[in-house]
Amino acid sequence: MRGAKRAKWGVCAVSVALAASACGGGVDTRGSGAAGIVSSSWGDPQNPLEPANTNEVQGGKVLEMIFRGLKRYNPRTGAAENVLADRIETTDSRHFTVTLKPGWTFSNGEKVTAKSFVDAWNYGALLDNRQKNAPFFQYIEGFDAVHPENGKPTAKTLSGLKVVSPVKFTVDLNQKFSSWPDTLGYSAFMPLPRTFYTHHDAWVKKPVGNGPYAVESYTKGSVMKLRKWGGYPGADKARNGGIDLQVYTDNNTAYTDLQAGNLDLVDDIPATQLKNVHADLGDRYINQPAGVIQTLTFPMYDKRWNKKNGDKLRRGISMAIDRASITREIFRNTRTPATDWTSPVLGAKGGFQDGVCGEACEFRAAQAKALVKEGGGLPGGHMTIAYNADTGSHKDWIDAICNSINNALDNDKACVGAPVGTFADFRNRITSEKMTGPFRAGWQMDYPLIQNFLQPMYYSKASSNDGKYSNPKFDKLVNEANAATDHKEAIKKFQDAERVLATDMPAIPLWYQNGNGGYSDRIGNVALNPFSVPVYNEITVH
Amino acid sequence: MPDPYAPKEAITHGDGGPAALAIGEAESLERAPGAGPGGAPTGKPRSLWSDAVRDLRRNPVFVISALIILFLLVIAVWPQLIADGNPYRADLAKAQAGPEPGHPFGYDTQGRDVYTRVVYGARASITVGVCATAGAALLGSLLGGLAGFFGGWWDTLLSRIADIFFGIPVILGGLVFLSVVTSPTVWPVVGFIVLLGWPQIARIARGSVVTAKHNDYVQAARALGAGNARTLLRHIAPNAVAPVIVVATIALGTYISLEATLSFLGAGLKPPTVSWGIDISAASTSIRNAPHMLLWPAGALSITVLAFIMLGDAVRDALDPKLR
Amino acid sequence: MGRYVIRRLLQMIPVFIGSTLLIFLMVYALGDPVAALFGDRAPDPATAAQIRADLYLDQPLWKQYLHYMAQIFQGNFGTAFNGMPVTELMAAAFPVTLRLTLVAIVIEMVVGIVLGVFSGLRRGHAVDTTVLIFTLVVVSIPTFVSGYVLQFLFGVKWNWVKPAVSTDAPLNELLLPGLVLALVSLAYVTRLTRTSLAENARADYVRTAVAKGLPRRRVVTRHLLRNSLIPVVTFIGTDIGALMGGAIVTERIFNIHGVGFQLYQGILRQNSPTVVGFVTILVLVFLVANLLVDLLYAVLDPRIRYA
Repeated sequence: MRGAKRAKWGVCAVSVALAASACGGGVDTRGSGAAGIVSSSWGDPQNPLEPANTNEVQGGKVLEMIFRGLKRYNPRTGAAENVLADRIETTDSRHFTVTLKPGWTFSNGEKVTAKSFVDAWNYGALLDNRQKNAPFFQYIEGFDAVHPENGKPTAKTLSGLKVVSPVKFTVDLNQKFSSWPDTLGYSAFMPLPRTFYTHHDAWVKKPVGNGPYAVESYTKGSVMKLRKWGGYPGADKARNGGIDLQVYTDNNTAYTDLQAGNLDLVDDIPATQLKNVHADLGDRYINQPAGVIQTLTFPMYDKRWNKKNGDKLRRGISMAIDRASITREIFRNTRTPATDWTSPVLGAKGGFQDGVCGEACEFRAAQAKALVKEGGGLPGGHMTIAYNADTGSHKDWIDAICNSINNALDNDKACVGAPVGTFADFRNRITSEKMTGPFRAGWQMDYPLIQNFLQPMYYSKASSNDGKYSNPKFDKLVNEANAATDHKEAIKKFQDAERVLATDMPAIPLWYQNGNGGYSDRIGNVALNPFSVPVYNEITVH
Repeated sequence: MPDPYAPKEAITHGDGGPAALAIGEAESLERAPGAGPGGAPTGKPRSLWSDAVRDLRRNPVFVISALIILFLLVIAVWPQLIADGNPYRADLAKAQAGPEPGHPFGYDTQGRDVYTRVVYGARASITVGVCATAGAALLGSLLGGLAGFFGGWWDTLLSRIADIFFGIPVILGGLVFLSVVTSPTVWPVVGFIVLLGWPQIARIARGSVVTAKHNDYVQAARALGAGNARTLLRHIAPNAVAPVIVVATIALGTYISLEATLSFLGAGLKPPTVSWGIDISAASTSIRNAPHMLLWPAGALSITVLAFIMLGDAVRDALDPKLR
Repeated sequence: MGRYVIRRLLQMIPVFIGSTLLIFLMVYALGDPVAALFGDRAPDPATAAQIRADLYLDQPLWKQYLHYMAQIFQGNFGTAFNGMPVTELMAAAFPVTLRLTLVAIVIEMVVGIVLGVFSGLRRGHAVDTTVLIFTLVVVSIPTFVSGYVLQFLFGVKWNWVKPAVSTDAPLNELLLPGLVLALVSLAYVTRLTRTSLAENARADYVRTAVAKGLPRRRVVTRHLLRNSLIPVVTFIGTDIGALMGGAIVTERIFNIHGVGFQLYQGILRQNSPTVVGFVTILVLVFLVANLLVDLLYAVLDPRIRYA
């Protein structure tokens, strides 16, 4: 115990030296940061933090703190609300006029103008800049010229973007897209300051934006310190002094650090700890719906899975999965059994309907066995479910699904999990169409629109259509939905399209994923947004 | 392997000691070439190896560990002898439940019977451990021994080749090498461990051969005209093999552990194979909630490792003339 | 001696080339890293092609390797996928792992040799049995199990140490991870010491020393230990490289941002510049450590003389 005391004193000495934190006098030393600073778990972003190059949630966290775009999704409802946009007007769902609110600047003092947006979007779309989110600009007129499928770009800028005045620009789309303005809260559409182009390397080392926080320091692979930007003109000012994002490779370690009081906020609780969260954290545990759905996608390019009566086979497998038990025992109710292919966070107004999948998403062992038999049985007598074994503790639930299928089919060897070592390899096998059985697919929405749950994954040749599903009927309904100028009409068409999925069953809906997290008693007012990212600016420090 | 000459030896040959060894050595020098490779005695009694066998039979440590290993081997081949359950049968309603009648070790996260899985897990884990150790020890001591014995460019070449494999961190190599493998059998894992494990054995073998080479009795044997093969097999190998056995037996344990670690990182054995490694890695993050999930497979693993190391120790003591 | 060192240094060249080529081949066999950069989306073909060209991935393997080696000899280790030069990652990671390795080596030397000496001198006694059981338990528990268990006990349950290591990785926070990292090697060192000591204890020169009437302590320290530690030194020397590269699990559990962390990330993302670059340095460390071990051999064992 003597040693323990000394160790604690050592820690205190260090933190006193770093920042004037209260360590002596019997004050509780829980939490690691200096006054007003929140420390939060983070994963090392894969790509440089350029807005149009960030396509995963870890980089997205930072962009959400240091950028504000035309729109922002309400952290509670998910509705797209104007932030920098004063209004976005159109008469035909194809030609849009964007008017900006005055008074916005970047944290380096530069004014945010129409040009800040247009230049940023042109940069993101241009092939030479190798931005991974370039396809987000594909609906804008002239995209093919700046981003041809083969060869060199023939233009440097999108012909559909025109600056009219410092506060106004117009956007011409190459097709009707009624809900296009609602996509503009995605991070790829953020404005960029001049220094992004003139001092690009320096910018990447220490990004400058226009959000409630500014980057104070960034040690790649280890920690990013963000501090409240005093001059932030928006309404959603930071209510804490800053956020320290600490990189963890193992979410178990992050959780352990939270328990030990070295970390304030964890937004990814490992499945194996879910049993303990109530005892460990009490009401400091967050479990709330997020726009994430997990499915098992079938390789529809594989004849054995896409034969006559294949839909019966696929539906039979779906009915063999005891979603209720798995979400309860493995996930401790941090998932909700899915009954459709979208997400409840859309709300009824956004197009979510309970039960589109029908009885195919209910656990009915006897019927499952009969259907699989009618569908010609499992190809070769057994199936595998592929997943990446490197992150996310997928093994437990994949094994549970397989066990459920095996029990229903009364065959121990019917289904087995097939781990793939790395996510990279997993993706390669998917994109090169090497999957021989269903594989795990998790979809986190880019923006809270029903379109985003259907089109990217099930539209013929869409960017995330990993199973290569194709049904002209589905495509037609999606096209009609996008072209519809009336919101309700659009939603209805999307819902019709979703019913096509219920017939074809190209992917088995498993469950809707909640965002879950936990926090220390140092901080309060913690919530996750529908993207399961903490709403950092609202966190208060006691 | 039972030695048919052992009983006779026990009669003709008294208690082994340094003096007895000297006689044994002197006699074996006169023996005609043709003694079986690997040191299995084919001719007269009182060779070092038959002495060892006799010694081992009297050593309780050896007897106990050999019995444990024998038991493990039997279980590995016929697990249904002591477990009538089904290692795959899962009932989520029992997830992580504790022991109950008929299920003495409780259930794992999937609601499978831990006892049955521990019994069935012996096969894969022991196969990996034994085959990988055997492969690495054979390859390593062969190449290392030759390098140490012949020296010169041969030594240089083999040592450098060993260095190439040695230089690559094992876990890193495993992650890279095994993540492209899709076969659910144990052989890719075994092959990989042999590939990166042999240089360690080779290094030890080379070192002890180099040391043994300079010993007087070896010089004497050579002076008496013993050929390369004979000198290496009859005089150097028995004296150089002890360190190899010590390292190999510990390596056996670490190889079984390594399989578990690779499973933990997602690159080890794959289901439907049942192995201790897979189960330990699945249990390691549930220490708080279900320690029984970790305790039993880890315990089985420890006992296995213990048995092999005790066996190795006993064999080493028996083979090391200096300890008689 | 000088000639020997030069010869060994020359021999390092083919080993260096062989190891880097091997790891290059293995990482290459993992497949195309570009798809993973696009997350759950199919890569946009045009952008993916550009990235491949940037990374030299559109070239045949041998050209990639030659290009890479040429770059390395100019001190350029390439750029990781997140836009950071690999050399900067190294500058951040290697000092951390070096500290961790040092802690582990010190623990394994001090504890391992002490335990080994005690049990070696008292073969068959209670001390020996206890140590034997201890090494068995240690060697049979995989690192990730001992890591998680010790972290939970010391870091969470009893709250004696910080369960994870902070960014600067000061020495006091590395004690527990160092111990975890050292555990398996510790068992090796203990047993090697014990075996070697027991063997030498019966050697003539020890008997002579005892017969001369030298005090026991002097016999043990001057005669017995010096000779018995030769295999131990060999082992520890070769272990340095293994420890530095083998810290993948330990660094992951304790969230240490060192070499193992970078390598693990690099493999998961098939970030070949990072993986090959770090392994190249590890191979160099290993080769130099090996050379030093062999030289030390000569110092410790008067029978060995290099020319």
